Amino acid sequence: MSAIGTDAIEGFSATRDTARVTRDRLRVGSAVLLLAALVGIPLVANDYWLNAVLIPFLIMSLTALGLNLLMGYAGQASLGTGGFMSVGAYATYNLLLRLPELPLPVSLLLGGVISGLVGIVAGLPSLRIKGFYLVASTLATQFLLEWLFNQYGWFSNYSTSSSISAPRLAIFGHDLSSPTGRYFLTLATVVVVTVVATRLVRSQTGRTWMAIRDMDTAAAVIGVPVSAGKLKAFFVSSLVIGIAGALWAFAYLGTVDARSFNLDRSFQVMFAIIIGGMGSISGNYLGAAFMILLPILLDHVGGGLFGGAIDPGQLENLQKALFGALIVWFLIKEPRGLAALLSRAWTQLAARLGR
Amino acid sequence: MSFFVETLVGGLLAGVMYSLVAIGFVLVFKASGVFNFAQGSMVLCAALTFVTLRDKGLDFWLAALITLSVMVVLGIAVERVVLRPLVNRPQITLFMATLGVSFMIEGVAQIAMGASVHELDLGIVDTPIEIGGVQVSQFDLAAAGTAGILVIALSIFFNKTRIGIALRAIADDPQAALSIGIRLQTLWQIVWGVAGFVSLVAGLLWGARQGVQFALTLVVLKALPVLIIGGFTSMAGAIVGGLIVGAGDSLAEIYLGSLLGGSVSTWFAYVLAVAFLLVRPAGLFGEAPIERI
Amino acid sequence: MSLRKQKRIMSRAIGLAALVLSAAAIGTTASAEDAKTQYFPLATFRVGAYASSGIPVWAGEIDYFRYINEVEGGINGIKLVWDECETNWEVEKGVECYERVKAGKNGSPVPIFLPHGDPISKALTEKSVADKIPLVTIAYGRTEAIDGRVFPYSFPVVFSFWSEASSAVNFIAEKVGGKDKLKGLKIATVYHDSPYGKETQVPLAHLAKTYGFEDIQIPVPHPGNEQSAQWAKIRQLKPDWVFLRGWGVMTPVAIKTAAKVGFPVDHIVGGIWSGSEEDVRPAGAVAKGYLAITPFPAGANFEIHQKLKKYILDKGLSDLKDPKSFGSVYYNSGVDEAIVAVEAIRTAQAHFGVRPINGEEAQWGLEHLDLSEKRLAEIGATGLQQPLKLSAKDHEGGGAGKVLQWDGEKWNVVSNGWVKSDRDLLLPLIYERAAAYAKEKGITPRDATN
Repeated sequence: MSAIGTDAIEGFSATRDTARVTRDRLRVGSAVLLLAALVGIPLVANDYWLNAVLIPFLIMSLTALGLNLLMGYAGQASLGTGGFMSVGAYATYNLLLRLPELPLPVSLLLGGVISGLVGIVAGLPSLRIKGFYLVASTLATQFLLEWLFNQYGWFSNYSTSSSISAPRLAIFGHDLSSPTGRYFLTLATVVVVTVVATRLVRSQTGRTWMAIRDMDTAAAVIGVPVSAGKLKAFFVSSLVIGIAGALWAFAYLGTVDARSFNLDRSFQVMFAIIIGGMGSISGNYLGAAFMILLPILLDHVGGGLFGGAIDPGQLENLQKALFGALIVWFLIKEPRGLAALLSRAWTQLAARLGR
Repeated sequence: MSFFVETLVGGLLAGVMYSLVAIGFVLVFKASGVFNFAQGSMVLCAALTFVTLRDKGLDFWLAALITLSVMVVLGIAVERVVLRPLVNRPQITLFMATLGVSFMIEGVAQIAMGASVHELDLGIVDTPIEIGGVQVSQFDLAAAGTAGILVIALSIFFNKTRIGIALRAIADDPQAALSIGIRLQTLWQIVWGVAGFVSLVAGLLWGARQGVQFALTLVVLKALPVLIIGGFTSMAGAIVGGLIVGAGDSLAEIYLGSLLGGSVSTWFAYVLAVAFLLVRPAGLFGEAPIERI
Repeated sequence: MSLRKQKRIMSRAIGLAALVLSAAAIGTTASAEDAKTQYFPLATFRVGAYASSGIPVWAGEIDYFRYINEVEGGINGIKLVWDECETNWEVEKGVECYERVKAGKNGSPVPIFLPHGDPISKALTEKSVADKIPLVTIAYGRTEAIDGRVFPYSFPVVFSFWSEASSAVNFIAEKVGGKDKLKGLKIATVYHDSPYGKETQVPLAHLAKTYGFEDIQIPVPHPGNEQSAQWAKIRQLKPDWVFLRGWGVMTPVAIKTAAKVGFPVDHIVGGIWSGSEEDVRPAGAVAKGYLAITPFPAGANFEIHQKLKKYILDKGLSDLKDPKSFGSVYYNSGVDEAIVAVEAIRTAQAHFGVRPINGEEAQWGLEHLDLSEKRLAEIGATGLQQPLKLSAKDHEGGGAGKVLQWDGEKWNVVSNGWVKSDRDLLLPLIYERAAAYAKEKGITPRDATN
């Protein structure tokens, strides 16, 4: 009886292993191909696709990645995302403006580091406050930063509208201000940060974060450096979000003021990771796609189907209600997010292919 | 000195308006542990329904009654369709779900009733009166009175009636409450219904104050720090928190604003709230959550 | 895993990639059929916090376009076609709309883009230069863009924020009996604390220095639904006049709170975006007597309105939801915008030929736009629109507003015609700021003689 059982289990795990190997190769293979496709896109895509769809989608993915490190891996929820984006944007702007000799990638990174340092300060309450009360405390960061950049002209070089716009974007003499240039700048940043972040979450740091997330008090008891781990998470997360903010300002919009990084942006990013999947790298892309592409898709479909037949105001409100309903539906149907859904799909596909 | 007192009184009265919105949050949070961000949209929806009915020539009380039924049905529907399937999910997921609900309510309400701005006249005169040399708005006094009556009525409801006692039992110990035969879901529906009623009152007063328009949904942002300071579970906390936030905002805008360049009230209440949290992590009147390991 | 399997996986993945690529290619193939119509995209906001202000504007615009098509048979026979794109008044969605429409439709190019939102117009400043599509921002947008040598494709036509501030001061001078009486007055500006709200700080400081009045600035944080502190301060400082530059819910709350502290409402002069029916109606009875300066005087008795009523409204072709809004400030602003756009296209047609006009040609049309009294009379817009003459050095052209007073039911003009701003005084400052912008951005200003 027991022998048969063991055999069955071994047999099962053997097929599962093949399936897993197939699935992993499938994943890596398609990731490489997807990357190739992303690199090839500017050959065929027009300005609209680059400027209004792909660039914001990639930057939103990067922002989601930043928040996911903090919330999905280290378990510290935050609604200060918009604020950290603005720190990154305004810091990078000032670096580009005041230290023009710095190459663009260095300014971007330094802008991110400044945002990370602000993140550490903003993360201090996490040493004492937990859960939903912590979320509420991050709102203070959000509103304080939004106010700061609107209030003090120095940050925007005393521009009349306190908005900042990109100085010339260039790397080693290559002008990047065309849509294709800005797209590649974004893509390259997203790829590099994703690779670094993936390695980070699989390192000791990542394990510390997950220990804090899963069992805060118990982790402290067994000697995990909880406080340092939390602050490190705030630093890395805000750093990534800061870089994303700079890209949002310069690679995407061109000119922004602090309002582009308001609470709605923080909500949007939070939605992206909850819908995409907390504690998952690929979930960030799926969630960002949901938040950026779905409204555009709804708009195109709505306009195509009912344009002219329904009053445009009613149509817009309908889209808004529908988007809200889809969000709620996904939250109910897929607790672990689109990443889990995709993972299941991969497993099924791999099982079929590997058979 | 009289300027200081006037600013303070103005702020305190404004704070009561925030408390009105905060009470709706406390109710729902106490019973079902959900931070209901859609409360703002419910306030808008209530005010918009009421004004639309009034514009159609309905009598004040009839319009109020119909609006109340709409709001109660809406509250129960949100509980039933959205929150019940999400039971036992992380608090942040529930919160985000209510944000999704707010998109739905705003979209549908504006499809049904349009996006125009409406005037809402409750017949309360709004000329300032002098009390001891300090100018006070009659409307604000009336609003504060209403909020007071509301809190007293709700306190009686929750302390004296069977439903209220059952609710408190659930808030204290859901397992024990269930085991003695309290029907959790019926109670949740009652609470959501009452929350609908509270949004009607808040919607009418805020609507009369600033006109019935989309910006009504933004009152939640002022209610949030009120809740953090007062604690998510205490009705009295909502009132005290409201007074602290209202007075703090007004005084900060005048005295801190002149130092820092104005508009400090966008963040002052939140920073104050964080300061409170650092001292008392569950708010002034809130119950400290028990950490599970 | 066998080689065959790997191949199969690869081929499927390649298929997926091809799918992604082909999806990306959608939209690149615009048909190049020879267009006989003029495409005119409309970026609108019908949802969100400001929808109530927008809806009557789109009605005014669309009604005028329909009138041009139905009654005049198009602009010299070229009919206008338009479609709407929802911006929510958000920068991101506005940019998406712009990118969506900028290539034109069915071979018909985009002559002019109306961003309908101050932040959106700022985000598009540079993109519009690259794409050669003029942005027309009537009564909003960057004031420095008046200098068309530095901002060739931005047109803050008619009434910039600086002119708004200056005209408001000049109206106060009119009320107190001359500019020399401004000396010693206290004028408090209560403003929406945003880039838009702060735009008037520099010109007001300059005007205060010139005329000797005291300039007090009081910010109201967004959204402005609670202002007891600000008005307590007003009660303490006792200014003679309040200049109210609000947006959205801030205006009715300001009027109500002013009444609460007993500040006389007929000494509050609202700015352009604080002076519509949508701003005063929610404030109720206390708004009676409130003043506002606007380039879009309300009223349904202008000649063009009679035509619109006869040919559009009475035939059920109007976009208006609420017939009460016919002739409202916002409806008339839509008509104004449409008139400027149509006349700019007409001017360009006179130069480049009668056919659909592209952005570059419309830019020429705008810079040579001359809406004289005579032309305005022909259109039927005398009194509704001020005479306007643009050039490369002057993308504003008008710079005057009328002051309206709310009588509880409707607006009445109370100023002595159009109140002119001190453009001569302010233009040098504006050019200075434009030059600074050019320097920061490395732009070589155009030669203005072309």
